[in-house]
Amino acid sequence: MNTKLKKKLLTVSMIIFFLIVCFIVLFPLYYMFMASFKSSKELFRNGMDFRIIPSLMSLDNYKLLFSGKGSVYMFWYRNSLGITVLHTVLSLFLSSLVGYGLAAYSFKGRNVIFTLVLFVMMIPLEILMLPLYKLIVKMGIINTYAGVILPFVVSPMAIFFFRQYVTGISKDFMDAGRIDGCSEFGIFFRIMAPLMQPAFGAMGILLAMQSWNSFIWPLIVLRTNTMFTIPIGLASLMSPYGNNYDMLIAGAVLAIIPVILLFLFNQKAFISGLSTGGVKG
Amino acid sequence: MANFSFKGFLYSQKVAPYLFVSPFVLTFLIFFLYPTASTITMSFQEVQGLTSTKFIGLDNYRRMFDEHFFNALKTNTIYTLLSLMLLIPVPILFAVFLNSKWIKGRTLFKSVIFIPALTSVIVAGVSFRLMFGEADTALINSVIGKLGISPQNWILNYGTGMMLMVILNTWRVAGINMVYYLAGLQSIPEELYESAEMDGANGFTRFYWITLPLLKPIIIYTLTIGIFEGYRMFGESYVFWNEGMPGDIGLTIVRFIYQQAFQRNDMGMGSAIGITLLLIVLTVNMVQLKLFGLFKKEED
Repeated sequence: MNTKLKKKLLTVSMIIFFLIVCFIVLFPLYYMFMASFKSSKELFRNGMDFRIIPSLMSLDNYKLLFSGKGSVYMFWYRNSLGITVLHTVLSLFLSSLVGYGLAAYSFKGRNVIFTLVLFVMMIPLEILMLPLYKLIVKMGIINTYAGVILPFVVSPMAIFFFRQYVTGISKDFMDAGRIDGCSEFGIFFRIMAPLMQPAFGAMGILLAMQSWNSFIWPLIVLRTNTMFTIPIGLASLMSPYGNNYDMLIAGAVLAIIPVILLFLFNQKAFISGLSTGGVKG
Repeated sequence: MANFSFKGFLYSQKVAPYLFVSPFVLTFLIFFLYPTASTITMSFQEVQGLTSTKFIGLDNYRRMFDEHFFNALKTNTIYTLLSLMLLIPVPILFAVFLNSKWIKGRTLFKSVIFIPALTSVIVAGVSFRLMFGEADTALINSVIGKLGISPQNWILNYGTGMMLMVILNTWRVAGINMVYYLAGLQSIPEELYESAEMDGANGFTRFYWITLPLLKPIIIYTLTIGIFEGYRMFGESYVFWNEGMPGDIGLTIVRFIYQQAFQRNDMGMGSAIGITLLLIVLTVNMVQLKLFGLFKKEED
């Protein structure tokens, strides 16, 4: 009886602990959401305070995003979506080819290439942003989607992950394909790629989130207002004078909501995808 | 000799692997090797605009080691240490609690704590900027006001500025680390705990002698990532001080590179700082690999 009570007490206190944690975790998002209904004048004067006053709340900030000076937000959204989709699809395709090549064949130079993949993974890209910027200018793709995507279109982390995954698939599938007269690429596209589906799922989520949220490189490449992605556009609105708070906060909310909705419907995939950046085993 | 027809190409097990890895080789040469060589060269040059250059030896490196660089290095180091002090124990605590057999609503709590990982640093930063606004009525100021503390101008003070960056980072990353630790805990066999319990080990002893040692690889992993991310940090600084920073508050190394290269148009010095950052990151990595012997695991 006594131990039963003790266990119940333990459960209750842990639940209370996590309720508090969840409150802290969700609070910034909740407050951003509430603040998005307040006028920017009110926000700038009072900051984001505790009061929720229905008479001071309206959808004006959101309306602004679809009209007048705020309508550039639609361009940002389009650019973010376009870059994310293109980057993810291209990166999945190219990185899976490389990862597969490294795992499925033994060839001269394989170890050198694999070591280079690991090496690039260890280098922060920020170190290369200046020469890359010069290169992108020279190539004439500054201020374009290509400029944002191309330098990072092959992801060493994804290569590593695909390689690990393919190592776990039996080579018998490849031999069976060869006997049936498949070309080496036929084997990849018709036999192995379908077997790699879970890896495509996990990497797809990770690459898409990275692309959707990436900041410093697009900040350097994208030069004009209508080419900005959402994070770059929002950052351009931040000024100490608070004159853009209306657009800033409604824009931030609209950037988060679709991602959270996607997450709620695919929680397992998201959690495993976003944490596969981790080296397994 | 190889058959040079197109069909032979597609069927050759000798050629195919090279075609498969060619995307990496190409992008490595164009977007890694060439820029690396170019940034090393630039670090010894005075670069004006995009074309005019002049060799000036070690001048960039000499000029670079001023108070701003050391301020930036200090900020990165403190930021990394503080972040690690939160981002290792807190997620372990969450994971251990969520993994215990007495908890209810495990999946829900796990999902909620993971949500911040979905946000970009800029978007989340908007919210933190407003919460930590300078007005007396701004959320955090009004809360501490009730406790009798005078309102703060959070971003104009080194200590509070640092705190903002660490809080924003911890808020976003704790959930991811928690998932790593949960995965680690689930691989620890239950029997270990049961036999320890029979030997009379209490909760803390079991945690210290069983859980922690078995989580060690994951702790090392999160530590490595934490250091890596800490020294390349940019967004957390940009979101609070996008226009300028009085007294180098929030100035980080990457921020310093960005400032020199894109705001002062000094690509040469920007490159010199970049090379120095590379050396720092490589040194830290080497020390770590040596300490924890991660090289052994790579051989398969």
